[in-house]
Amino acid sequence: MLNVGKIEEGFVLDHIEAGKSLSIYHHLQLDKLDCTVAIIKNARSNKMGKKDILKVECDIDTLDLDVLAFIDHNITVNVIKDGEIVDKKVLTLPKEIRNIIKCRNPRCITSIEQELPHIFVLADEQKEIYRCKYCEEKASESTYAW
Amino acid sequence: MRHLMNPLDFTVEELDRLFDLADDIAADPSKYAHACAGKKLATCFYEPSTRTRLSFEAAMLNLGGSVLGFSDAASSSASKGESVSDTIRIISCYADICAMRHPKEGAPMVAASRSGIPVINAGDGGHQHPTQTLTDLLTIRSLKGRLGGFTIGLCGDLKFGRTVHSLIAALLRYSDIRFIFISPPELKVPDYITDQLREQGVKYEEFIRLEDCIADLDLLYMTRVQRERFFNEEDYVRLKDFYILNNEKMALAREDMLVLHPLPRVNEISVEVDDDPRAVYFKQAQYGIYVRMALILTLLEIKV
Repeated sequence: MLNVGKIEEGFVLDHIEAGKSLSIYHHLQLDKLDCTVAIIKNARSNKMGKKDILKVECDIDTLDLDVLAFIDHNITVNVIKDGEIVDKKVLTLPKEIRNIIKCRNPRCITSIEQELPHIFVLADEQKEIYRCKYCEEKASESTYAW
Repeated sequence: MRHLMNPLDFTVEELDRLFDLADDIAADPSKYAHACAGKKLATCFYEPSTRTRLSFEAAMLNLGGSVLGFSDAASSSASKGESVSDTIRIISCYADICAMRHPKEGAPMVAASRSGIPVINAGDGGHQHPTQTLTDLLTIRSLKGRLGGFTIGLCGDLKFGRTVHSLIAALLRYSDIRFIFISPPELKVPDYITDQLREQGVKYEEFIRLEDCIADLDLLYMTRVQRERFFNEEDYVRLKDFYILNNEKMALAREDMLVLHPLPRVNEISVEVDDDPRAVYFKQAQYGIYVRMALILTLLEIKV
């Protein structure tokens, strides 16, 4: 079994759905941070069978939790200080996400208007449905591009 | 400053005030003949829609205001590639209020976010057409005396018909309304609407033939069933007559049932029905003017 050591300060994202860690890496823009990042794929999990984990040595404030909650709000965010977990952040679905996903409706104004931000609004919290602010097209895996 | 993007932008109380104003205009149009003197309405129509544009222009002219604008994208700066955001900033310098129709969904909302003047969505693609819904509501309120406490039949293309979807959403805010949906199986009302009706405990039934339910209706809202919506010609030929309203079907309906239609009508209502006093679709166009006059006054915050 592969062992990845503890981090002294930063955060550990646990219970990431297996295979999603690289997508999260990109959306958190971790490639732009000058710090140590460990991407662990397909780790064994009692709860999920297998899971991904991200360990990042940086300030927790640099993390955009809104993006993370939109991608998967079941992810556990552990805040680490002096090698110990000092806080667990609860992720809640953001009311609005901006320029994270693109509206794929060809009839939407976002398809032609110059530099218009792509904004999706949380339309139904229970069903976790986001809709384009402009055309109200429902966001789904098939209609949006990361 | 307020805009109108969606028929649900106004609360039920605000709609009541709007319709009260429309009633007052209808009762005494001369009182409002100079209410908008010196004001200008810009009609920015990026796609042709003669009836809606003329209705807005007639409304502003009835209020003593002036109109300017364009009636298709080719004669606007959009043909040079200008964005909606830039266009509305310029129009804000020329006019006091703007009615915008655009083939792209959400375009009037983008305009409103950049505008210095109130913007009215005059139809954005297949998305919203709020002044049609306000027209429908005012027609029902004026001719039935109430919004609520009736059975309304919606007939025709209920899958793609944007006016039908907006009207259902608007009527859901009133109590004791029963919906009867009459359509071919291919053009049934979308699941998200029937789900919402069930969640809210609103009664509804679905029929394929108009004859089977017309006797139950207080209101019949007709829409067009387009040939190109069918998967094959055989089904279209088999079903199309179910959705054509004629005197024979009207004979089955109540004496006080009203027939509405957003117009233009193609062949879904036989011309012979036009003379029936229950056919109110041409009156609807008149209510469309009154409601647009009331809307212009409300958004410009002009009191008479």
